Amino acid sequence: MNNRAEAQADQILPNGHILRYTFRERLMHWINGFAYLYLMLTGLAFWSPWLLWIAVVLGGAQISRMLHPWVGLVFAFSLTWMFITWASQMHTTKEDKAWMNSMNHYIRNEDEEMPAAGRYNMGQKLLFWGFVFCGVLLLLSGLVLWLPEYIPWNARALRYLAVLIHPATALLTIGLFMIHIYMSVFAERGAFKSMIRGDVSQAFAKRHHRLWWERVVGSASRR
Amino acid sequence: MSQETLRIQKISGHAGTVPGEETQREFQVCKLIDTTTCIGCKACEVACMEWNDLPFGETVFDNTYQTMPETRWNYWNLILFNEHEREDGTLMWLMRKNQCMHCAEPGCLAACPADGAIVQYTNGIVDFQQANCIGCGYCITGCPFDIPKMNPKTDRVFKCTLCADRVGEGLEPACIKSCPTGCLHFGSKDDMKFLAEGRAKQLRDHSNFPKAGVYDPPGVGGTGVIYVLHDVTEPEIYGGLPKDPSIPWSVKLWKQPMKWLGNVAMVGGLIGLFVHYIRFGPKADPDDPTENQNEPPVAGPPVKERPAAAPPVTTAGERSR
Repeated sequence: MNNRAEAQADQILPNGHILRYTFRERLMHWINGFAYLYLMLTGLAFWSPWLLWIAVVLGGAQISRMLHPWVGLVFAFSLTWMFITWASQMHTTKEDKAWMNSMNHYIRNEDEEMPAAGRYNMGQKLLFWGFVFCGVLLLLSGLVLWLPEYIPWNARALRYLAVLIHPATALLTIGLFMIHIYMSVFAERGAFKSMIRGDVSQAFAKRHHRLWWERVVGSASRR
Repeated sequence: MSQETLRIQKISGHAGTVPGEETQREFQVCKLIDTTTCIGCKACEVACMEWNDLPFGETVFDNTYQTMPETRWNYWNLILFNEHEREDGTLMWLMRKNQCMHCAEPGCLAACPADGAIVQYTNGIVDFQQANCIGCGYCITGCPFDIPKMNPKTDRVFKCTLCADRVGEGLEPACIKSCPTGCLHFGSKDDMKFLAEGRAKQLRDHSNFPKAGVYDPPGVGGTGVIYVLHDVTEPEIYGGLPKDPSIPWSVKLWKQPMKWLGNVAMVGGLIGLFVHYIRFGPKADPDDPTENQNEPPVAGPPVKERPAAAPPVTTAGERSR
C-alpha cells in the first residue's frame, strides 16, 4: 500500500476502497475532536454545580480552569486548520438544496429516496459552518472570560456579553456534537472507520455521496 | 455576634440544600459608614492591613490624597477622595471608605461555579474561601461594585471579609476599631439602620443637607455595609457608587433561564437521539447485501461492490440520476 500520509484524497486504493480522508485531514480532525471533548466536559463542569464532579474526575476544578483556555487555543488552531482545508468544499450547491428538501427521508433512513450528494452532504456542511461560527464566538468570548481582571471597569459590558455568548454558543456546539457523534458512530456504518483509517468502500461512497463517487470513479477510469 | 452567626446560609456553586439554613433567629450584622464625618485619615486602611496581615504594596500618587486608584487583591479598604462642585459654586470634599458591601443577594456568589468558594454566613457576611476557589473570575463579573480582585500569581480572588474572624469572636471589624471620628459603627442591621436614619434626619433638619439619606440599595437586597450620604440622590459623586446596583442582567439570564433551557435541551437531545435509534435504528450498511433489500434494481450490469484488487471499470452515467 502506498504511503497514506502523502496520499491525495479521492483516490482508489489497491483494495478497491476510496481514500476519503488523508492522514492530515484525520489528524486535524482528531486534534480538534479531543480538544473539543476536553473543553465540553470541563465546560459542563463549570456550567452546573451538578456536573462539577466531571472536573474532579479530570484532575480537579482548579486544574480544569487552568487548562481549559489553553486547550481552547488548541481547538481554535485546529479549527482554523480545518477551515483552511475544507472551507472551499463546503459551499452550498443546488444539489444540496434538493438534499435539504428531502431531509425527512434522511431522518427516516430512507436513503434510496435521497438526491445524490457530493463529497459532503448539506448536513455535514451545516455542521462545519456551525462549528466555525460558534468557534469564532467561543474564542472571542473565551478570551474575555480567560482574563476578566484585565477588562477595565468601563468595558465591563464585554464581560456581561461574554458570560452569555460563551455558554450559549457552547450549547449550540453540544447540539451539533451530539448529532455528529450519533451519525458517525451509530447511524452511518463505515463513517467512523473512514475517520480512523481514511478509507470507505465503494458501496459506502455510492450510497451516501454518489456525486463524489461518480467523480472519483470517473476520473479513475479516465486515467 | 458569636460564632453561631458564622453558620453558612448560602453556598456558591453548590448542588442541593444548604445545611443549617434557617435554623436560628436572624441576626444580621452591619457596618455603618457616615461619610459626613469622615476626615480621610486612612486609619481604617492601615487597620485593615494590620489585622489581615496584608503585605505592603506600592501606592500610586495621582496628585490627590488617594492611596491608589482602586482596591487590590491585597488592599481591601480604600478611601476614595472626590472634589465635588456644588450648585452654588462652592467645593465639597467627599470621602468614602470603599470596600465589599456584603450584599444580601451577592452577585459574586450567584456567578461563582465552584462549590463553596463563596459563602454567606447567617450574619450576612459574604466570605471568599480561597481553598475552594478555582480562579475563574466570574465573581468579578457578578459584582456590581467592582470589588473582588484576582491575585495574578495564585489565581485566587480576595476581598474584604468584614473581619469575619473577629466578628465570629464577638469583636467589631478592625476598621471600626481604628476610626478616630466615630464615623464608623458596627452592630446589628436594625440598630445601624436606626442610627443611620437618625443621622440623616439630623443632616436634613439641622445641617442644610436636604437630600441627605441612607444608602442601602434594595437592588441587591440591601447591604451589610450602609452609608450616610450628604446627597443620597447622587451616590455617583462619591467615586462612582452605583445609584441602583443589582446583579448584572446577563449574569441573571445566564444563571437562571438559560441554565434551565440549556439543561432541558441537552437532556432532550440525548433522549431524542436514543428514541431515533430505537425507532429507526442505524442506516442500512452499504457493504451488507442482506440489508439492502430496498435498493432499487440497478439498470444494466450490476455494479461490482467489492472488487478484489483492481479499480472497478465503471463509467459515469452507467446509472441515470
